[in-house]
Amino acid sequence: MASTDNSASTGPAGPAGSESRATGPAAGTTVTKEPAATDAAEGTPDQLAGLEAGLDALDTQTRTRVPLARVLLDKVVPPVVAIALVLTAWQLAYHFEVKPHYQLPSPADVARALQDKWLDGTLLGYVWESVSRGALGFAASLIIGTPLGLLVARVRFVRAAIGPILSGLQSLPSVAWVPAAIIWFGLTNSTIYAVVLLGAVPSIANGLVAGVDQIPPLYLRAGRTIGATGFAGIRHVLLPAALPGYIAGLKQGWAFSWRSLMAAELIATSPELGTGLGQLLDQARVDSDMSLVLAAILLILIVGIGIELLIFAPIERRVLRSRGLLASNR
Amino acid sequence: MTATLTQQPVTTERSSGYAARIDHVSKSFGRPGARQQVLDDIALDVAPGEFVCLLGASGCGKSTLLNLVAGLDKPTVGSIDVPGGRPALMFQEHALFPWLTAGRNIELALRMRGVPRAERRPEAERLLNLVRLKGAYGKRVHELSGGMRQRVALSRALAQDSKLLLMDEPFAALDAITRDVLHEELTRIWAETHVSVLFVTHNVSEAVRLAQRVVLLSSRPGRIAREWTVDIPHPRRIEDAAVADLSVEITEQLRGEIRRHGQH
Repeated sequence: MASTDNSASTGPAGPAGSESRATGPAAGTTVTKEPAATDAAEGTPDQLAGLEAGLDALDTQTRTRVPLARVLLDKVVPPVVAIALVLTAWQLAYHFEVKPHYQLPSPADVARALQDKWLDGTLLGYVWESVSRGALGFAASLIIGTPLGLLVARVRFVRAAIGPILSGLQSLPSVAWVPAAIIWFGLTNSTIYAVVLLGAVPSIANGLVAGVDQIPPLYLRAGRTIGATGFAGIRHVLLPAALPGYIAGLKQGWAFSWRSLMAAELIATSPELGTGLGQLLDQARVDSDMSLVLAAILLILIVGIGIELLIFAPIERRVLRSRGLLASNR
Repeated sequence: MTATLTQQPVTTERSSGYAARIDHVSKSFGRPGARQQVLDDIALDVAPGEFVCLLGASGCGKSTLLNLVAGLDKPTVGSIDVPGGRPALMFQEHALFPWLTAGRNIELALRMRGVPRAERRPEAERLLNLVRLKGAYGKRVHELSGGMRQRVALSRALAQDSKLLLMDEPFAALDAITRDVLHEELTRIWAETHVSVLFVTHNVSEAVRLAQRVVLLSSRPGRIAREWTVDIPHPRRIEDAAVADLSVEITEQLRGEIRRHGQH
């Protein structure tokens, strides 16, 4: 390590212009030549660097990686056990005929109904019909809900005007919109998308509002001091700071989209609309095919959970982990 | 090695250069009728390259004054002039953005200053080097210790390349050992960068250890009560006899100021 001229670097270098003022440090030049007056060893840059490195090492936590077997045991085994218990209870209920078999088929019957649809080659078609509608509706909700949320969060008048309505809309079941949408748009895709939008937009917007409200004021202040104001402030400080709340809103928005979509598909059935999972469910009800009813419910559930687990959970985990907000990440 | 104590005139007549001029500033909050005056006729110049500590008990309006100088708020009376442009500001909390790495935090400040993209990374690394955090570029804020965070925050403040650095009790939340090290670090960086520092604290020995000039504010409303020029040579230690002596003297004065409030 280089031993630089210590006296020059640590002395109270008489600042330019200080001599011009009456209150300036007059002694600035006389003391720089004797840096060793106190405990010189502690004052040298090398010593200080070493001390600092030591403190940094002591203060930095080492992160241990959790072994894969442990992750499997903690995360996979419990839900598998729960599913097994539900299936067992179901099978027992079937076995003892709690309800007649045509009302309560066995798990195997439901599996067979699924298998039949799979072998028909129609199963993925139903799923895709619904998932693509859900994704499109969600994307549209995102595009509408994000600027809306930003507006409500940042503009006081807009918040006072539509903030309460927006959070009120969240508690309105979106099925309630179906009759209205059918009268407005008839049995068309527009009806379905209208219902999905009315369900998802408020929750996405509200999520963003909550995210913005929860930003520590210090971040906004820090942003302003480094010059991130106006649009740059929104882009570099406000939006990233609100991201955790925003993602929570998106997650909820997806759940609302999916629910609204199923409600709309279940009610708005017509040959021109194609067959999504909701229509499949309604068809099975008409046919009194209980195995298929349960199979369709199962599929709706699986798609809902699957998208949450495969898309939203990893994004959320990543965002929270990178900010050190995940408790399990030790 | 003597601490010369000089009763300073509050205002000084200067013709040339200052890093910040606080010109008879008063600040009140609240509505007319229920106004509370926080600062009363503060007049203070910070010379280019000077290190000034503002010292005071709670209620003296230190942070309010710093906000005014930072341009985050406007004085009720008087004016503030910072010729070097927007001052850099460092808080008691690191205020680093947790969604960015240490290096990116600094680069954001560089970007806001208009530094071209290609120059940002080398400059951020140079600034991290300056606070001796060479390896911290890719680290997330939560992976750093309290002392390291404040050093990154100092780097980010320096990234603004401002002539004036405002510090609002930046080491108050640190443990004593780390604070001691950061005092030394700040002294070194101040000497290297020739930046002017206006440092707010309620810690007397911190003020004496760091500053060339200690300005004591009285409380409610904040007024300049007294000034000391600190001529003790660097490197200073809190334990140095001269530092300790001056600290005792200033503490006495500070206690006197506080005592006045208990009398009515």
